[in-house]
Amino acid sequence: MAEIKPGTRMRSAVCATEVMVVAAPKDEGVELACGGAPMLAIDAEPGGGEPSPDFKEGTQLGKRYVNEAGSLEVLCTKPGEGSLSVGGTALAIKGAKPLPASD
Amino acid sequence: MNVMMLLEMAHAGYGDRVALVSGDERFTYGELFAAAAGAGSLLRESGAKHAALLDVSSPALPVMLFASGWAGMPFVPLNYRLTGDELDALLARVEPAHLVRGEEDRERFLSRARAGGDPEEWGMDPEEIAVLLFTSGTTGAPKAAVLRHKHLVSYILGSVEFGAAGEDEATLVSVPPYHIAGIAATLSSIYAGRRIVQLPSFDPEGWLELARRERVTHAFVVPTMLSRIVDVLEGAGSAELPALRALAYGGGKMPQPVIERAMKLFPETDFTNAYGLTETSSTISVLTPEDHRAAAAGEEPQERRRLVSVGRPLPTVEVEIRDAEGAPVPAGERGEIHVRGEQVSGEYLGRGPALTDDGWFPTRDAGSLDEEGYLFLEGRSDDVIVRGGENMSPGEIEDVLLEHPAVADCAVVGVPDEEWGEAVAAAVVAREPVEPEALRALVKERLRSSRVPQRIVFRDELPYNETGKLLRRVVRADLAGEA
Repeated sequence: MAEIKPGTRMRSAVCATEVMVVAAPKDEGVELACGGAPMLAIDAEPGGGEPSPDFKEGTQLGKRYVNEAGSLEVLCTKPGEGSLSVGGTALAIKGAKPLPASD
Repeated sequence: MNVMMLLEMAHAGYGDRVALVSGDERFTYGELFAAAAGAGSLLRESGAKHAALLDVSSPALPVMLFASGWAGMPFVPLNYRLTGDELDALLARVEPAHLVRGEEDRERFLSRARAGGDPEEWGMDPEEIAVLLFTSGTTGAPKAAVLRHKHLVSYILGSVEFGAAGEDEATLVSVPPYHIAGIAATLSSIYAGRRIVQLPSFDPEGWLELARRERVTHAFVVPTMLSRIVDVLEGAGSAELPALRALAYGGGKMPQPVIERAMKLFPETDFTNAYGLTETSSTISVLTPEDHRAAAAGEEPQERRRLVSVGRPLPTVEVEIRDAEGAPVPAGERGEIHVRGEQVSGEYLGRGPALTDDGWFPTRDAGSLDEEGYLFLEGRSDDVIVRGGENMSPGEIEDVLLEHPAVADCAVVGVPDEEWGEAVAAAVVAREPVEPEALRALVKERLRSSRVPQRIVFRDELPYNETGKLLRRVVRADLAGEA
């Protein structure tokens, strides 16, 4: 399992999805999965295979995904067919409160 | 984290859209990405440790900003209004630097950038320095504020929704590259997918002409720019900028009469007041369009006063007002503004972070929060006038003086005084002749007698730097000389 800390980039083993970690729980192992398969370091060879039917909602470029506790947040930097999960629980899209353009 | 990631996403998400218009030049997001690769290769090969830009706004700003991130070296935009000696002193602090200086150099750099390249993947260490910005030094020698990739990326992720701009949206950027607002506007617009329209040198007629020609929907201006735009439009009798949806302003104190006149000229436009510092990666609080409308419609002076507030903190930022001992003060009381958040650097090169043990950045800006959390600025902490042990904020007195119809502009400073330690002095730019006694009477009536300027002098104009910051030390030296 790759180390997860802010700035870490990871890729899906089973689809095109790539993410960057924005926030991660400290001193706590997190197994981030995409398409039901553990995500890999950004420079790892994808393993092949298909996203599991339970985790096939897809990821969207530029969306931020969070776990229920809000302790893990990742940004989708490349979209794919699989969807993100931790410990079998799907991550949710983080709702953004729109701010007016300020610069 | 790396600011390059923001451009890579824009390239992937909407690569064929126009990202940038600068004079006759246009770049799509895809072309900008390719140019960043070309310039990134150039910087890597140069052996330099910094990428410095000494130029007006041009495509070299985004290209060099991103290429620096790609090449793993700080981007250092420099103020082209500095004298030769001042520049040499700054350049000596960032050696060895790859310097792009002026038009000819810029063309060479951009043509090399356009030729493309295939540099190695950029680093993702969030601690790497993205930008070094020399602060304007209104109070002393310039310091180099350090903004790391984590600060700028946090700011963008926390305040901009990716790709949220409509394809018709365009933002007019008229602040220079060496101002944090110029950097922030570049990053925000690219991440939102909003076309950047650059105005290299501000004058109100040129701003209006470009805004009309490019159907600009968004713009950021500093208060002096807005004041000059309003003057021109009131002279012409109409605004005629039907595409302009949103006008944000910041970078200095906005006089209430100016924003009120601007809102009358652009009744359909959304106004946003943004407050931030170089050291906080730009905006930390905003007075929203809804706040503006509510304040303008307010009947009580207290409600209308919100128009000069800088609004409430971004959801990702905490703001506290603390007294001289560092203890938080209650609502309504004045103190030093402290800020904390992922985007806050508070670090100067060679000095380390100026943060408190619990992670707060003391801004040296004086201010207060009202009961509903609206932030009011009251000048720099250093500008406080201490008269006979009583602390007073110049801004409070200036606001009252500006209410007088004859006063076009004014600055209040403390000058040395044998009896009081400091005395209140005012430099006034008058629209029409006015007796100093009338101004004193107004201050006495609205505030109290200790606030009344002992000395009032009239000047044709006040000294501002090019981004609209009043140079108080110059006013102070001027008025102290009058003693």
